[in-house]
Order: sequence, then structure tokens, then C-alpha cells
Amino acid sequence: MAMNDLSQTGLACRALRSRGRTKVAAVLAAVALGTTSFAASTASASTYAVGKRVAPARVAHAKKFLACEVTDTGGINDRSFNASAYAGLKAAAAADPGISYKFLSSSSTSDYQPNIADFIAEKCGIIITVGFDMADATQAAAKSHPNQRFAIVDYTYTPAIKNVLALHYDTNEDGFLGGYLAAAMSTSGKVGTFGGQDIPTVTIYMDGWVAGVRYYDKVNHKHVVALGWTPAKKRAPGSFAGNGLFTNDFTNQNLGKQDAATLMAQGADVIFPVAGSVGLGAAAAVKQAGAGHYMEWVDTDGCISAPQYCSLFITSVTKGIVPSVEAATLSAAKGTFHGGNYIGDLANNGVSLSPFHDFQSKIPAKVQSALVALRSGIISGKISTDPNSYPAS
Amino acid sequence: MSEPGSPRRQPRPLIVPFRRLAQANVAVVTGLSVVSALVLGAVLIVVTTPSVLHVLGHIGSHPGRALGLTGASVGDAYWAMFSGAIVSPSALGHVLSTGHGWVTLFTPLSETLVAATPLVLAGLGVAIGFSTGVFNIGAQGQLIAGALAALYVGFEVKLPIGIHAPLVVLAGAAGGAAAGFVPGILKARTGAHEVITTIMFNYVMLNLLDYLLSVSPFQQPGQSNAISRTMPATARLPHLFGSGLRVNAGLLVALALVAGATWFTRRSTLGFSFRVIGLNPNAGKTAGIDARRVTVLVLTLSGALAGLAGTASLAGTDFFLSSGYGGNIGFDAITVALLGRNRPTGVLFAGLLFAALDVGGRNMQAVTGIPLDLASVSQALIVMFVATPVLVREIFRLRGSAAASLQLSTGGWGG
Repeated sequence: MAMNDLSQTGLACRALRSRGRTKVAAVLAAVALGTTSFAASTASASTYAVGKRVAPARVAHAKKFLACEVTDTGGINDRSFNASAYAGLKAAAAADPGISYKFLSSSSTSDYQPNIADFIAEKCGIIITVGFDMADATQAAAKSHPNQRFAIVDYTYTPAIKNVLALHYDTNEDGFLGGYLAAAMSTSGKVGTFGGQDIPTVTIYMDGWVAGVRYYDKVNHKHVVALGWTPAKKRAPGSFAGNGLFTNDFTNQNLGKQDAATLMAQGADVIFPVAGSVGLGAAAAVKQAGAGHYMEWVDTDGCISAPQYCSLFITSVTKGIVPSVEAATLSAAKGTFHGGNYIGDLANNGVSLSPFHDFQSKIPAKVQSALVALRSGIISGKISTDPNSYPAS
Repeated sequence: MSEPGSPRRQPRPLIVPFRRLAQANVAVVTGLSVVSALVLGAVLIVVTTPSVLHVLGHIGSHPGRALGLTGASVGDAYWAMFSGAIVSPSALGHVLSTGHGWVTLFTPLSETLVAATPLVLAGLGVAIGFSTGVFNIGAQGQLIAGALAALYVGFEVKLPIGIHAPLVVLAGAAGGAAAGFVPGILKARTGAHEVITTIMFNYVMLNLLDYLLSVSPFQQPGQSNAISRTMPATARLPHLFGSGLRVNAGLLVALALVAGATWFTRRSTLGFSFRVIGLNPNAGKTAGIDARRVTVLVLTLSGALAGLAGTASLAGTDFFLSSGYGGNIGFDAITVALLGRNRPTGVLFAGLLFAALDVGGRNMQAVTGIPLDLASVSQALIVMFVATPVLVREIFRLRGSAAASLQLSTGGWGG
């Protein structure tokens, strides 16, 4: 009886902790596995400077420009926006050797304010924050420190704030292209998507993707069905409301495996997970399902961020967090930083479909040229990315 | 670590003055557990810093340089941890030479107190359960329930400053109490084990929070994101030392409850009956204590304290709720209660220690780039050492049998 309770408690605690820091996992990884995972995260934060005892960082970076990122609760290795923003800092440091970078992770929303305050005290040249959760904390810090430069990923301020560059991405535009391509590649006549959470930054992808599937059906007189997301019929302009399949988790790969299996059991042969590293579980399920089942990756080029599954990825529906954070950091280092709102779309390559990699030869030339035409149609505004503009199959 | 002690050998303390202290008691074992964890943490810093590993590889040719760099990397990390959690000597120097910068000087201490407040409150709740033999794993869910109730009273009720905030605190306690009452009544009426029901209630509350964050009236108007309305100014807990420092009246609530819990467990009749049930339920029942009533009361009280923990963060520093609110506080509260050996003052000090490691770890990552995970690992190691006093006694060659009898009081774990 006692042992039973013990193991159940442990399991449940770990399951619940998956949202934040997994302390149990950290101990196991660091102590039992010979500190390998710990070493990896240290290596990635290799700004460690050995110097005088008092405030070594300030001594080491006196002449340098310091770029800092505060992660949200997803952590720096989320294979999603935290990781992408950090990759942007790395890219900036690679382009300009005067730039060094570091990050602070948040284990709960209570950490946002003190983490930002720590980086202001560290005299960071620019502080990158991530997600709508941190919008209020970023705004408050920007107001009380008007000379501190910030950039926030996945948010827009109305009105704009002069020392904050808010980065927002119209991923429904490249999601539309991804949906069209998925429909074109499906042989079963069904394709499926699922999200990590029912929030606009996730559903905007799914919404555009479903619109792309419906558009494919309309112009080609086909009946490919999109599973996993049903856009709401009546909604305010700019809203991406609807009903769909969600894992409510961005880290637990098992949930991705389950949702992908559910969609495939309903007949879908192309899966589009919009759930950060949960998508890796979906990839495992798709691989297990065998020939004729494919995926599209999200946020970053899957053949680079998850190369072990590259052979499954028709394409990736990417969002240009890396280049835009890099540009913001470089401009702050050069002194040409401007706050305000930036919107990444197909026109400015802020969002795009990745190269097709293994599928370059498998995607019919007709479909590839249709995608090029679609892209310019969306940019010119001739083609609507609202799924309600097209009939559902 | 050290060779296992053989029965023939006399225990030899490491340092001579240590002989006095070597009569193992709770404080000594806890203190030495902290030391052991920090030493292991230092090893982790060394083996995970590539530059240090590199010079250690050449220790034969440059022993001085290798040891110097190793010492510097460990020293820098712990120095950053200390100055981030307690006081930064450079800030102290600045105040002493210029007479300005008081806010900067006290910011680390203020941050530690802010982080400790919810840990102590939720820890008290868990500890009261443990010492009564009730294993409440639901602090996380009760914390969310409390925060939701507090937030609702915060934005829905219009009251002047001075009345509103206390009402919000009461609402938070009531919300947590309600979430604790349900598993309590389930156990009393049906015998459902509280470990299972409280864990399951965590999931219910987490998902209820996610749902409420996306609908009126909780969702922030004009937002389609899962984020709540913010606490109006009247409902916020006042700062204790000016707006520059985040330490707020929530700390006073926590301190008052530590004192109250001490009185309650030692002096009150109800507290006495709680303790009796915890020590021996059968003896308690024979003595005429209604064990069912005690179970319901304990879980309700435990939930109320967890609810206050959620309210303290919400009304003191955060002012809004978002998905997964509370992070790990509900689970850290379990470790804090165990480390504090379920005594109110013990919980206070354990909460302060955990908060200092959290806040200091943050500064360590900001300054040196060593991941915050090191602080988490240190916390876990401390608890592991405290839980194995025999190991600590072996490492430090403590005299006496007291250490052997030290056990974490988790009575009632098996139901």
C-alpha cells in the first residue's frame, strides 16, 4: 500500500511538473546520468566569464554589447519561440563579434518581473522577452526604464511603445501555403492538424492551414477534408477562434503521439502539429505508421531542428523569429534600434514555407508553381487567407 | 564519498572544534546537509564548465592555473548566488561611500522574502496535514483555487483601499479552503485516499484555470490570449518599504500565520487533537476524537493556507493569472514542509532557504551563465541529505545516536 502511494505520487508530480521546471528530472539527469543534460545546457549558455570575484560579467563585457533573453515557462530548449529567439541572439553574435548573449529561464509567471530586473541590472543592451504572458511585465519595465531597449516576440502593443520592438508574425499566410501543399500531397483525402494550446499564436497557423486546404478543394474541385481545426463561422476580424484538437502542453511528446495517432486513425495521411516539441511525438507516430504518411513541421525548418525525421517532412511552415530577433539585436548594437510594432508576413519574408528538402523531387512541378502563384496572390491581397471565404468539404 | 564506517573504528570528527557540535541534532544535520549539497553543486559546476574541464585536463603541467580557475568558477557561482539572494557587497560599498542606492542594496533580500512568502504559506498547509497524518499533494490546485477566488473579488467588487485587499486575502483563503474541503469530505465520508483525490484535483484546477482564462469575466477584455484581468490598485497588497522593493504585506500574513500555527499546534485543543490523530489515529479515536471531523478540518485548513499562497503572489507581485499559474510552488511546498520537519518555524526557515536558492540561482544564471537548474539540483540534494541522516552522520562522523533516529515525519503516507 505504502509503495503504491509512493510511486503514484511520484508519477503524478512529474506529470504535473512538466509545465515548469522538472526538478525531479533535473536531479535524475544530473546525478544519475553523469550530468550529460546539464552539461549540454551549460554549454549552450557559454557566456561564462572567469574574472574578478565581484561582478565578473561586468568586467568581461565592459566593451561588449550584451544581448539578453528572458524565456517564458517553456524554457530555452522548447524547440519553439524561446529556442528561436535564442538562436536569433546566437546569429547576431555570429554576425557581430562585439555581441555576447545570455538567457534567464522563468519557472513561473512570478519570475518575469525579477528576471527582467536582473537583466536591467546586468546592463543588457537589449532584452528579448517572449510571448503574451510577458507583455505586461515588459511594458512596465520599459516604462520605468525608458532608455532600456526591449524586443518582445509574438506580441503587438497598441499603442506602440518607443523602446520596445514588438514582433508579430502573420503565420496564417504561410500556413495557407502549407495547407494547400498538404491537400495536394494527400492520397487518402484527409489531412489533420492539432495545437499545443487554444491561443491565437497557435490557432493562427491552424486557421491558415485549414483555409489552404479548403482553397485547394475549391480551385481543384477536390474534397480533401481537414481534421483537427474548425474555424468559428462568425468572429471578429483578426480573430482566429474555433474548435480543435489541443494537447494543452508544449513539452509532453506522448500527447503528440496520441493526437497524431488519433488523426491517422480517422484517415489523415498528412499531419501538421502546432505544438513545439510535442510535434516530435507526432513525428514518431507518423514514422511508425509507415509509408504514405507525412508531416509538416512548424515554426522552424524541421530538417534542421529535428533532422532525424527530415524524410517525413513535406515542408515546414516557418516563422521568422530568428532573423527578426537577429535584426533587432544587431540594430540595438549599432545604435539604430527603433521600437514599435513589426509584422512578419510573406511579403517581407517574415514568414515562409521552408525548402522541400527530401520532397523536392516528390512534389509535382504543377503544385510547386501553384504555390509560387499563391504566395504572390496572398501578398497582393487577391487571395483571402480566411477559411470562411471557402466552403468546407 | 567516504569509506563505510566499520564498527571497530572510533568515530573521528573532521575538525577538532567539531567535537562539541558532533552530538548530532536536527539543526546540525540540516546545516551539514546544506553544506554537502553545496559541495556536490560545486562538483557539478566544475564538470559542466568546459573551460574548467579543459584546464583540469592539463593539471599535471599547470596545477596552479587549473586549481585557480576551478576555484574561481565555483567561487564566482556561489558568490553570485549569495549576492543575488542576500546582499551584494558592491551595492553595500556604494551605499557606504555615497549614501545612496538603498533600494539596490535591499533588492536581493526583498526578492528572497517575496519568493519565500508563498512557499512558507503553502508549506505550512502541507506541514499541518503531514503532522496530522494527512498527505495533501493538492497544494498546487488549492493555490489556483485561492488565486481565482481572490482575483474574482479583486475585479468584481468595488471597495475602497484598506478594505478591499483584506477581503481579497479572505477570499483567497476561502477559495483554497473549498478546494481542500472536497478531498477532505470525500475521505471522511467514503474513505477515498486523499493522496489520489488531491492529485486529481490539481488537474481539475489547472484545466479549470485554463478554461476560465479564455472566457468572461476572467479573461482580460480586448485580449484573445489566455490571460486574466488584472487586480485593481485597491485590491493589491501594499508594499512594506516603498514601491522600489517588491516585498509586501503578504510577508506579514505569512509571519503571522507561522506564529499562529505554532500556537495552534502547541496550545489549542483542536491542534492537540490534530497531533494525537497524527501520532496514533486509534488512540485518538479511543480518546473520543472524531477522526473524520479532523480529516475534513485539516484538509480545509491546509487548502486555505495554500489558497493564501496563491493570493500572496497574485495580490502582492503578479496581479494577473495565466496558464499554469504558480509554477512549482505547490510541489516545492511539500519539500519545504519536509525540510522544516513539519514545524511552523522549521517551515519558515526552509521556505527562506528555498527562496534564497531560487533567487540566488537566478542571479547566478544572469551573471555567470550557469543554468538555474543548479539551484534546483541543490534544493533537491539538500532534501535528500536531510532525508538520509545516517549518510550525513557517516560523512561527517557525527557522534551519538540522535542522528539515526531523525526521520522525516511523513506519517500517514500509507493511509
